[in-house]
Amino acid sequence: MTPLLTIVVLVLVAIAIWQMTKIFELSQIRANNSQVASETDNKYNGYLMFAFLIFLYGITIFSFWKYSKVLLPEAASEHGGGYDSLMVLSFVIIFIVQTLTQFLLHYFAFKYRGDRERKALFYADNDRLEFIWTIIPVIVLAGLILWGLYAWTNIMDINDEDDPLTIELYAQQFNWTARYAGNDNVLGDANVRMIDIDNANILGLDSADPNAADDIIVKELHLPVGRKVNFKMRSQDVLHSAYMPHFRAQMNCVPGMITQFSFTPTITTAEMRQNPDVVDKVKRINGIRAEKAAKGLDNSDPWEFDYVLLCNKICGKSHYNMQMKIIVETEEEYNAWIASQKTFGKSMASAQ
Amino acid sequence: MSVTAHAHVEDHSDDHGHHHKETFVTKYIFSQDHKMISKQYLITGLIMGFIGILMSLLFRMQLAWPGESFAIFEFILGKWAPGGVMDADVYLALVTIHGTIMVFFVLTAGLSGTFSNLLIPLQIGARDMASGFLNMISYWLFFLSSVIMLSSLFLEAGPAAAGWTVYPPLSALPMAQPGSGMGMTLWLVAMAIFIASSLLGSLNYIVTVINLRTKGMSMTRLPLTIWAFFVTAIIGVVSFPVLLSAALLLIMDRSFGTSFFLSDIFIQGEVLHYQGGSPVLYEHLFWFLGHPEVYIVILPAMGMVSEIMAVNSRKPIFGYRAMIASILAIAFLSTIVWGHHMFISGMNPFLGSVFTFTTLLIAIPSAVKAFNWITTLWKGNLQLNPGMLFSIGMVSTFISGGLTGIILGDSTLDINVHDTYFVIAHFHLVMGISALYGLFAGVYHWFPKMFGKMMDKNMGYVHFWITAVCSYGVFFPMHFVGMAGVPRRYYENTAFPMFDDLTDIQVLMTVFALIAAGAQLIFAFNFIRSIFYGKKAVQNPWKATSLEWTTPVEHIHGNWPGAIPEVHRWPYDYSKTDDNGEYIIPGQDYVPQIMPLYEGEEEMQH
Repeated sequence: MTPLLTIVVLVLVAIAIWQMTKIFELSQIRANNSQVASETDNKYNGYLMFAFLIFLYGITIFSFWKYSKVLLPEAASEHGGGYDSLMVLSFVIIFIVQTLTQFLLHYFAFKYRGDRERKALFYADNDRLEFIWTIIPVIVLAGLILWGLYAWTNIMDINDEDDPLTIELYAQQFNWTARYAGNDNVLGDANVRMIDIDNANILGLDSADPNAADDIIVKELHLPVGRKVNFKMRSQDVLHSAYMPHFRAQMNCVPGMITQFSFTPTITTAEMRQNPDVVDKVKRINGIRAEKAAKGLDNSDPWEFDYVLLCNKICGKSHYNMQMKIIVETEEEYNAWIASQKTFGKSMASAQ
Repeated sequence: MSVTAHAHVEDHSDDHGHHHKETFVTKYIFSQDHKMISKQYLITGLIMGFIGILMSLLFRMQLAWPGESFAIFEFILGKWAPGGVMDADVYLALVTIHGTIMVFFVLTAGLSGTFSNLLIPLQIGARDMASGFLNMISYWLFFLSSVIMLSSLFLEAGPAAAGWTVYPPLSALPMAQPGSGMGMTLWLVAMAIFIASSLLGSLNYIVTVINLRTKGMSMTRLPLTIWAFFVTAIIGVVSFPVLLSAALLLIMDRSFGTSFFLSDIFIQGEVLHYQGGSPVLYEHLFWFLGHPEVYIVILPAMGMVSEIMAVNSRKPIFGYRAMIASILAIAFLSTIVWGHHMFISGMNPFLGSVFTFTTLLIAIPSAVKAFNWITTLWKGNLQLNPGMLFSIGMVSTFISGGLTGIILGDSTLDINVHDTYFVIAHFHLVMGISALYGLFAGVYHWFPKMFGKMMDKNMGYVHFWITAVCSYGVFFPMHFVGMAGVPRRYYENTAFPMFDDLTDIQVLMTVFALIAAGAQLIFAFNFIRSIFYGKKAVQNPWKATSLEWTTPVEHIHGNWPGAIPEVHRWPYDYSKTDDNGEYIIPGQDYVPQIMPLYEGEEEMQH
């Protein structure tokens, strides 16, 4: 169906082009054919410039009206609120400048379209004008830089204050593994050279390191709400990027080094599912999925909102499907879950 | 031909002391004439461009209709699209080669190579480049590298597929993906040759601009095109060697077991021996070129837009000296902002702060340029030729795309949009589409100079308007896809139900992309037809002041049949009037650069 539609659209466009060329040619019969813009060309293209300005505003309004709903819901992390405010401020500035400059550009192109009677103004320089449009960006950008750098320094200051939970995110082609530091909250040493798949040591933990024994290796990320989490990222093969869009968090995973990111989740999964934007989105998507199910297509089960960790650095064939579920829950739920997991020490013992 | 050629030999024996009898091979293939070399660059660049655009259509169709079977996929991709369904590996190969071809082969060689070659000697008043021989070598190295890059498409395991930035370890380990075998080797070899070509070309441009300007052509009388080409060549010489070193080190890691970029790797069940290298080092080396590269792409477009806009506005470019200053500022800043591609690469966050600062600084000269272009239009007498339309379009997309740079250049805001479609939308508008518009503007404007024929303006208008609407149609909604969190380089987004409601945006963008590509066929048709059947051009069709329009329509080796003209004024004396409000030359709204100053006339000091 869709390919057919595309073909129809293309055919229609081809006809439109053919007709437009014809109209242009007809309107040119009497004009001399020097292939330099004539009075008529200037007139039509001038009007089209104005029409294009309206198109630009139109597509902006259309996109906002139609697509605002696809954007990410409110930030689910402590720093995310500030992030979103800075984003909104930047967008306000961008839209003011965009609306204004595009207007001037296209309006001038329309207003001063060529005319035999018109004489252009020889206007080569004006230091004051140029000073104005140098200094205004300087001031605006200085403000943005200061706020941005303040936020950046805070986000990137990864420390052990406020009793953070330490979790390792381990990336490989094409899945994620998480390692909790256990009761001592210290991750045991690890290196790819100690990986022993046969003995279930998939992350290469050093079994001689006492800190490693209580580490917990899992395939689903559970985070207690309101507690700071310090993530340590590792990769065993190629570059990956741990992208957690709902928390406004991302950091690359680099083989040979440990990178880190830290945030405090503030909204549990259960609460987020009640968020009106999320409720709307889930409803909309389940509508689409129900249509797919009716057609008997795969991948059409109803969806329930969950936070998710995506890979956001090209890593090979299944890059597009490298994900892990994140569950933010209350302290009690988290404690119950973590208590039910097997520690590294125990799983090593049972493997032997 | 030979008579006219001999006439000026005596005056300028330093340029070229003798003339060989020209054969087909020396005139059309191994030509050392800058005008022929520029045509070779243009045609090679356009062919590469069509291949690059075709690839983008294939993966755009896959994105809009994921997993759907298309006969065209099977026809073009063969075994990589079994049953007409695109394979995930070839998807990555397509985006990789699309990026490589468009950035390097079309917008670097095709744009800068074409117009630097054509315009530098003609606009500064030189008989040819400083070294015609090196110029010829430069083109043929480019051609060789294009052939190698294209030949990698026919490999058993497919071409390079690690993204156009080819970050190791993905690009270094053949077991990480099929494209990292022979395909990657050919990619690196092609790029090494490309860099050699680019360096030879750039050195030639720099020397020519410095040494071969005609009498009276001071640096502040140069058209802005030449300033842009000159500065572009300088940043090319500064930054391309660094990419060469990155490519060489990567070749060593791949083939000779060194560990410059690799460490602690366990893949497909075994530990590799690499120890102590860092992929982040590669990122630094790559982006030390990679960021200046986007200015290598956009500066020539900016220069040409400035020139074409002044000619067609019948007004001097506003703020000539500010334009030069901002070209220089952009060039300088472009070499110290590369880290904004690496905010979340794991490098020290303090470095991120520094790069945020320098990156947002670069917005200032860019803003100055945009406002100066707008002011150039103000109170002009705009001759809306196709070249002019593309110039106005370029300013529009440069502003739209440039503004979102404020978000991406801010290390904080970059965290959540890094490597999403927001980035794709940003750079396609600000450097992809803008530079392509610059290329088209240049082709329409200087086609009479290149081929002695006029391009059909009506087809030009249709080409522009469809392209203008469709490029916004593709890339404006794309920002929303990015802000919804969709990562780039995903073969399909169906693995995440949260992206299901974005499919209709993908379809919209793809339909616009297909139409836009169709419009480029009009351009191709117009281009080829005009070469053979176009209306014969007059010497100065756009009534421009600069020197290239004082040469005869028929190309001659050495450009001017007689002595090289002398320059007496800057190139922007459009609509200049005397004290009585009359044009300096009665009945003519422009004063060519070769006209001496009239009595009592003041030269503009900008």
